[in-house]
Amino acid sequence: MGAGISRLAWRNLWRNRRRTLIMLAAVAVGVWAMVFMSAMMRGMVDEMVRSGLEQLPGMVQIHQRAYRDDPSVVNSMPSPEGTLQAALAEPPVTAWAARVRVPAMVASARASRGLTLLGVDPAAERALGSVPPTISEGRFLEDEHDRGVVLGQRLVERLESDLGKRVVIMSQDPQNDVADRGVRVVGIYKARLPGDEERFAYAGRAALQELLQVPGQVSEVAVMATDYRRPQALVEHLARAAGPQLEVLPWTELDPFLSSMLDLQDGFSLVFMVVVFLALSFGLVNTLAMAVFERIREIGLMQALGMRPGLILRQVLLESLYLLLLGLAVGNGAAWLTIKPLESGIELSSVARGMEMFAMGATLYPALYWRDMVLATVVVLGLGVLASLIPAWRAARLDPIRALNSH
Amino acid sequence: MSAIHCRDLCKTFHQGEEEITGLDHVSLDIEAGSFVALVGPSGSGKTTLLNAMGGLDRPDSGEIVLGDTRIDTLDQGELADLRLNRIGFVFQSYNLVPVLSARENVEFVMQLQGVGAQERAARAEAVLAEIGLEGLSGRRPAELSGGQQQRVAVARAIASEPQLILADEPTANLDSHSATQLMELFVHLNREHKVTFVMATHDTRVMRYARRVVSLQDGRIESDQRTPEAVE
Ligand SMILES: Nc1ncnc2c1ncn2[C@@H]1O[C@H](COP(=O)(O)OP(=O)(O)OP(=O)(O)O)[C@@H](O)[C@H]1O
Ligand SMILES: [Mg+2]
Repeated sequence: MGAGISRLAWRNLWRNRRRTLIMLAAVAVGVWAMVFMSAMMRGMVDEMVRSGLEQLPGMVQIHQRAYRDDPSVVNSMPSPEGTLQAALAEPPVTAWAARVRVPAMVASARASRGLTLLGVDPAAERALGSVPPTISEGRFLEDEHDRGVVLGQRLVERLESDLGKRVVIMSQDPQNDVADRGVRVVGIYKARLPGDEERFAYAGRAALQELLQVPGQVSEVAVMATDYRRPQALVEHLARAAGPQLEVLPWTELDPFLSSMLDLQDGFSLVFMVVVFLALSFGLVNTLAMAVFERIREIGLMQALGMRPGLILRQVLLESLYLLLLGLAVGNGAAWLTIKPLESGIELSSVARGMEMFAMGATLYPALYWRDMVLATVVVLGLGVLASLIPAWRAARLDPIRALNSH
Repeated sequence: MSAIHCRDLCKTFHQGEEEITGLDHVSLDIEAGSFVALVGPSGSGKTTLLNAMGGLDRPDSGEIVLGDTRIDTLDQGELADLRLNRIGFVFQSYNLVPVLSARENVEFVMQLQGVGAQERAARAEAVLAEIGLEGLSGRRPAELSGGQQQRVAVARAIASEPQLILADEPTANLDSHSATQLMELFVHLNREHKVTFVMATHDTRVMRYARRVVSLQDGRIESDQRTPEAVE
C-alpha cells in the first residue's frame, strides 16, 4: 500500500497547484533564511574566534606548570628546543612564537601605568598574527634585540609621552629585585579594542630577557595550527614532546568565553531556525487543513471503502512531507548558490566601526556548513511533520458517513 | 445459505431534543446470490439499513450476521477491514477518488487489500473490459460521464471480490439510458459472479430489475415481495 498512498499524496499535493507553489516558496524562503543566516553567523563567529586567537594568542599555549597561577618571571620555561622544537616544526602547527610575558610598570616623567609587557620576536609574532594591527606612528620592533618599546596610543596619551620620548619600564627579576631601564618609544600602535592599548606594551624578547636576567627563558609558547575547532590532538602531541614540567593547554581552556561563542552559535542557529519555522508552520498547517477540508467527501469515501484511519493519517503526512522535502531542496539549493559566491568575503567597511567591538574585521566571510543545512533540514522535517499531525489527525478521525454526506 | 442476516435492528437518531426513527425492529434475511431492492419513500430508512449492513454505522440494538460473522459488535478498525474485504459499495455519487484514473480507482481497493501488482492489473483489466470501459481506463473521473463513473464504481466493487455489494441510489443521478445500462450490468454481474446485490432506490425504473423488493416505511419493513420472473 506504500506506493499507493505515496502516489495519492503526490497527486493530491498538485491538485491546487497555486496554493502548493505558494507554500513551497514559503518553505524554500524559510529554509534559505535559516541556512543563510547561519552561514553569516558562522562567518562572524569564525572571524571573532580567529581574531580572538590572534590576541590570545595561539590555539595552544605552553607554560611552566605554575605560570598560570603566578604569571611572574619565576615561573618561566626554557625556549623550546629538542623534541619540543621538532614537534613545533611539524603540521598541523603553522606558526609558533616564544614570548616573555611579565607584569610591568611603564612610567613617563608625568605618570605611570601598570600593564603586561610582552617580550617578543617580531618575525615569529607576525607569523602568529599577534602583532598589533596598526602602527599609527613610528615602527614596530625590528627584531628581538630591539631595545625600543612599542606602546598603545591611549597609553601614550595617558603618560603624556610621545614617539621618540623615553619611558622607564620596571619589572621584577627572579630574585624579586626591581629591574628597570629607560627605553625609547619607537612605535605607537592602535588596537582593535582601545582598552588593549593600555594593557599591552611590546619590547624585544632578548632585550627583555637581558633586563630580567633570564637569558633563554620565556613565559609562554603560543602555537597556531590549521583547525581551531580541534585543538585536542595537537595538545596531546605537544604535551608528549614538552614533557611533564610543562603544561600544554588548548585555547578552549585558556579562554572559555571565546570557546563558549562556538557553542552559543549552534544554539543561536537552532533558535533562529525554530523561530523561522514557527512562522512557517502556521501557513503549513493552514494549507493542509484547507486541503483536508476540501477533500472531506473523498476521505469519507476512502474510509467507507475500508481504508484504515492510520493510512489516511499517513497519506496527509506524506503530502506534507513531499511539500517540505521540495521546499528543503529548493531552499538549501538557493542557500548554497547565494552563499558560495559570498564566501570570498563581504565588505563591511561601512558598518565596521560598530563591529570592532566584537573584535570583527571589516570583511565578513560567510561560511556554509553542512551541519547547518542538516540542522535546518532536521528542524523543518521534524517540526513540519509534527505540525502536520494536527490536520492529518483530523482527517483520520472523520466519521465516514458524515464525511460522505458533506457538501 | 444467507449472505446477510439482520434481526430486530433499531436505530434512533437524535437531533437536539428530537428523536428520529431510522430503523424500527427490522429483521431481514438475504440469501447469497440474490438481488434485492430496498424501496420506500425518502426518510424511510433505506440508507440507514444499508449503512448498518455494510459496517459503516452500528445499530442501537439487534444483530447483523454477515456470512458467519457477527458484525454489529466489531470495533472501528475491524469494521474497516470488513468493509475492505467483504463489502463492495456503490454510492449515489462521488464514488471515485478524483486524482486516480478509472483503472487506478478499480485497483485502489485491491491495493488496500494487499493484492499484488500483477494480479491487480489483470483483474482491473478484466473487470473494466467486462463492464465495457476498457478504452477509458486511463481517464480521471472528471473526464467520465455520470453513468461511466457509476460503472467504474461497480467495477471497483466487483474487482475486490466481496461477498456483498451495497448500492445506495446508484441511479439517482443518471439519465434513464445510463440507469438501464447500470441495472443490466448489475443483473449480469449478479448472475455471472454470484455476488449478492442489495440496492436502495426509489427509482421505479430500476426496481423491476431486482428479484426481491423490500419496501420500508418509517423504519419498518412494510412489504417483502419476490419476483421470480424479474426482468432479464
Ligand atoms: N445522521 C443523522 N442524523 C439525524 N437523522 C438522521 C441521520 N441519518 C438519517 N437520519 C434520519 O433517519 C431517517 C432515515 O433516514 P435514511 O437516510 O435511512 O432514509 P432513506 O430511506 O435513505 O431516505 P432517502 O430516500 O431520502 O435517501 C430519516 O428520517 C432521516 O432524517
Ligand atoms: Mg438514502
